[in-house]
Amino acid sequence: MSDSRPFDVEAIRRDFPILEREIRGKPLVFLDTAASAQKPQVVLDAIQDFYTSGYANIHRGIYQLSAEATRRFEAAREVVQRFLGAADAREIVFVRNTTEAINLVARTWGEENLGAGDEIVITAMEHHANIVPWQMLGERRGTVLRVAPIDERGDVLLDEFEALLGEHTKLVAISHVSNALGTINPLAEMIAIAKERGITVLVDGAQAVPHMKVDVAALGCDFYAFSGHKLFGPSGIGVLYGRLPILDAMPPFLGGGEMIESVTFEKSTYAPVPHKFEAGTPDIAGAIGLSPAIHYLEEIGRDRIATHEHALLVHATEALGAIEGLRLIGTARQKAAVVSFVVDGVHAHDVGTVLDQAGIAVRVGHHCAQPLMEIFGVPATVRASFSLYNTHDEVDVLAAAVRDTLEIFR
Amino acid sequence: MDELRDLYQATILDHNKKPRNFGALENADRKADGHNPLCGDKLTVYLELEDDRVVDVAFEGAGCAISTASASLMTERVKGRRIAEIEEDFCRFHELVTSAPDAPVNIGSHGKLAVFSGVREYPMRVKCATLAWHTLRAAIGNRGTTAKTE
Ligand SMILES: Cc1ncc(COP(=O)(O)O)c(C=O)c1O
Repeated sequence: MSDSRPFDVEAIRRDFPILEREIRGKPLVFLDTAASAQKPQVVLDAIQDFYTSGYANIHRGIYQLSAEATRRFEAAREVVQRFLGAADAREIVFVRNTTEAINLVARTWGEENLGAGDEIVITAMEHHANIVPWQMLGERRGTVLRVAPIDERGDVLLDEFEALLGEHTKLVAISHVSNALGTINPLAEMIAIAKERGITVLVDGAQAVPHMKVDVAALGCDFYAFSGHKLFGPSGIGVLYGRLPILDAMPPFLGGGEMIESVTFEKSTYAPVPHKFEAGTPDIAGAIGLSPAIHYLEEIGRDRIATHEHALLVHATEALGAIEGLRLIGTARQKAAVVSFVVDGVHAHDVGTVLDQAGIAVRVGHHCAQPLMEIFGVPATVRASFSLYNTHDEVDVLAAAVRDTLEIFR
Repeated sequence: MDELRDLYQATILDHNKKPRNFGALENADRKADGHNPLCGDKLTVYLELEDDRVVDVAFEGAGCAISTASASLMTERVKGRRIAEIEEDFCRFHELVTSAPDAPVNIGSHGKLAVFSGVREYPMRVKCATLAWHTLRAAIGNRGTTAKTE
């Protein structure tokens, strides 16, 4: 079903109060949504409203206020369930962020199911959040980390990925979309390859859910993780999706309140999923604020947002690509609206400072993907990431500021 | 772009392009590595000492314009100076780049290093400017460890 409403970016910008800000006397040009997204008014209102007139702890009080808060928190879980295409709301575990979601799996499922010599396969473009937890598991359990290589464009070499999967492979842990390169991985194919061999699959979806419709049931992965703050929701709330039978069989993560069924000094029994994994008071306002962020995106239309972002990507790739002395890092066939680049003879930090002076917020550095930077032979890149509230004018402002950089450092 | 010219003064751009005392020092009797994990800048500082005097100093590595120029100008500054004097230089330099943006700069006491006063406007860049100095102090202490700006 195609949606023919015109995409009114100016109207969308008015939904994000922060975009009115000036930085160093210039209008803010926010091109760092991949690091964290700005928040629409509906999210700010939901948080404000909850704290102002609906706040209480959840799953505890007998009183009405607590019952209401519990209902809103659990309703947010159902919103996420629908959003991800999960079969059951119990498959949605609220965590702090993607990092915590992946660590949860490593600490519980990993500890329980993996041992010496078992192999975990990741790709060369993973964020540190999908590398370090597996290395830590390796230190404790003797598991081995294998890395599927990428080509010079930043695409995974599917044959090599497939060849890595052997009888010792117990887990494939891969990003859906690369934060540093923008590569959209051929996830369905990769999951199918793993599933033919009965291998468990975890997907780091931190950079995917803000850009595209995700259906975990159709994908057939076992775990899917994302962060609310990158999805225009509050910081401090994240989601781990896990297939119900797997979550059921997993030992708990943290111990404490909310996650128990009964406690004696001799032994405790644990609450059913998902609460088994949600010890202590969660980020209640975070979950309640995430829900309107999802509604907001769905109301605008995921496809229309994707079309707008793609146009910005094409424009930025052309405008930046035309600058002599600029090299794009990451030119995968399928890309999210992320443009990473280096400028000849100018360190990324210096580019970032010149851009900041022009009011432009970009990320410079290794993007928590140091091994990937090494593959491309650069210490750092400049990364501009585009979103529904960015305009074509902003792309031109960026390109002009990059030209200024070259001018200064010539 | 005037504000940027304050940060990227001609001297800084020049030392970035043509860093002085660049390369390993054959006769070094002390050296240390410096690393800014935030931006990936890495450098090594080499020292040749006679008693408490730096008779030769050099650096190598890769970094942004601020950190490269700072390392280059630092080597010029400290060559021939005593360790106690270098310690004072460091304190003065550190104060310069972390002082309030509108605080007056006493050019006389900083000499050429005064060109880094523009860094005060960019707190995220202070670590770039001080990496070489931290590394130099590590080399003097010959702690053999990597100096970090964190
Ligand atoms: C691909 C990817 N994975 C994981 C993360 C970690 O997300 P968080 O910091 O919210 O845990 C990020 C965020 O930068 C990311 O881009």
